[in-house]
Amino acid sequence: MTGTTLLSVEDVIVDLPTPRGNLRAVDHVDLVVGAGRTLGIVGESGCGKTMLSRAILQLLPKKAKLSGRVMFDGQDLLQLSPEKLRKLRGRSLAVVFQDPMTSLNPVLTIGTQLIETLQEHLELDDAAATRRSVELLAAVGIPAPEQRLAQYPHQLSGGMRQRVAIAIALSCEPKLLIADEPTTALDVTIQAQILDLLAREQRRRHMAMIIITHDLGVVAGRTDEVAVMYAGRVVERAPTPALFKKMRMPYTEALLAALPKLDAAPHTPLPAISGRPPDPTRPLKGCSFSPRCRYALARCQNEKPALEAAETSAHQFACFHPIEAHADANA
Amino acid sequence: MAFFVARRLLYLLPVLIAVSLLTFSIASLLPGDLAYTILGDQATPENVAALRRDMGLDQPIWWRYLNWLGGVLQGDFGRSFRTGQTVLQAVAERLPVSIELMLLAQLGALGIGVPLAIICAARSGGPFDRFMTGTAFGMLSVPTFLSAILLIYFFAVELRWLPATGYLPFGEDPLANLRFFVLPSLTLALAEWPGIMRVLRSDMIATLQEDYIALAKAKGLPPARILFVHALKPSSLTLVTITGINIGRLIGGAVIVETIFALPGIGRLLIGAILTRDLIILQGVVLLVGAGFVITNFVVDMLYAVLDPRIRHGHS
Repeated sequence: MTGTTLLSVEDVIVDLPTPRGNLRAVDHVDLVVGAGRTLGIVGESGCGKTMLSRAILQLLPKKAKLSGRVMFDGQDLLQLSPEKLRKLRGRSLAVVFQDPMTSLNPVLTIGTQLIETLQEHLELDDAAATRRSVELLAAVGIPAPEQRLAQYPHQLSGGMRQRVAIAIALSCEPKLLIADEPTTALDVTIQAQILDLLAREQRRRHMAMIIITHDLGVVAGRTDEVAVMYAGRVVERAPTPALFKKMRMPYTEALLAALPKLDAAPHTPLPAISGRPPDPTRPLKGCSFSPRCRYALARCQNEKPALEAAETSAHQFACFHPIEAHADANA
Repeated sequence: MAFFVARRLLYLLPVLIAVSLLTFSIASLLPGDLAYTILGDQATPENVAALRRDMGLDQPIWWRYLNWLGGVLQGDFGRSFRTGQTVLQAVAERLPVSIELMLLAQLGALGIGVPLAIICAARSGGPFDRFMTGTAFGMLSVPTFLSAILLIYFFAVELRWLPATGYLPFGEDPLANLRFFVLPSLTLALAEWPGIMRVLRSDMIATLQEDYIALAKAKGLPPARILFVHALKPSSLTLVTITGINIGRLIGGAVIVETIFALPGIGRLLIGAILTRDLIILQGVVLLVGAGFVITNFVVDMLYAVLDPRIRHGHS
């Protein structure tokens, strides 16, 4: 971990009351992101990734209960007054949501939505804000940016809308950008473009970034560190190269195996992870992954493994039967 | 946009034809002979026959309809056989009263309903929201004649702040004119704000769940800007619809309220025409009111396009 810590999530718990009982969406999560670093959070649907990001942004549903500490840039976000939090959001803490079809306001022009953010946080007059908006749109690869300012979101394609959303997020040069499944709703051909754009802007602006995804392929090569989440908990955490070289948690291995491979023979069945994540309103006594894990033994069902470091302190995992080093595990 | 307007205008045509057809048939299908109504029971059959011939009542109904429609298209809606006034004169005389009442009532209803809806939506589920939702529900079930009488009792009889009935033209004495309109427009506003508030409240609550509102919060915008700029406009389509319907309805005069407060508006003109069986006035006024209603709703459709750019650009 080089540089200073920008964000640290300490023992965060998010509980959502539901008609079926309490739903623990995020369960004792600790994370650290250094200034200018990138973290990938990976896990399948419903494992708490989005709730964790909403907890960091303080955008949880009203009924949600949040405990723990979220330190950002030396301030505890949970203790901040709404007014101070507002000054932080959009200014130094920005977000790109999953679906650009719904995350832009349909009745406001692209220009309005960009300029209002700029003018809220930076002292810019109309002319300067307009100039800055054009630069931002050009920077995220939108052709004819001047004309776009007067257009509405529905006049743009999904990929273009996501570029606009990224331009809005980048507008005030944030210290941390949270990209919550930024490419899930987009065409495959656009996905790589958007991810490369995010990676390029992240490096250029020296901002920290959290990429949330269900796709291990997205974080490979684009992040410094990866945290794998399952059933609300972080089950493996490692520097990206270390993780792909030697993953220890069977869930991580299964996630990677479930990715389609280009060199596989036609009609090869995908090794999908059978079963579904456990019902979050009925927490299991043992390891949450044990019902679906091919290595699980009796101990896994009765005792919860803690997230602990193995050989190097940077690589942590929560498993009693970690996968032993076999270099061809991810072949 | 021009195409959108032209298409909507084209839709108006069959509606207006249907309105004219219905209006004419209602007046013609009423029992009793118009000639007898005019001449009285004592008229001789010869006189009745002569009048029927003069008025074209001996012609087949479709012929009379086309005849009337031809007149209407040339601006001739006919003339009251009682007062000799033309339909257009009678309406022109009464319309300002009904329009003033309608405008003041709508302003009052929107003035009460919209702020309450926004506050309730912003704190949905809270004590204020629950209280106002309950109050609105209660108010919805109070008929206008009851609230009119209560308002007259408190503000005119007990407190003596405002006149109970009467009317002075705005041009003669603006202040007195407005004083006459306070109670009637308040009566109508009290009947209409609950609908406005309930519709806007539920639309706002739905809008506030949208991703783009979460993004607006994540952008650090002030709560007032989120409510008024980001949430109000996309939530107001249904509000515009019901306001349009209310306006269209009140152009035809608020019959009960105009009667209680003795306001000489379109509503009273209609009642008078019905009571005296003045069919020419009746069918002319109903047609004009119907056309006003249809055109108001056309304007409302245009407003949708102003509010939502997706409609403007032909996406649905």
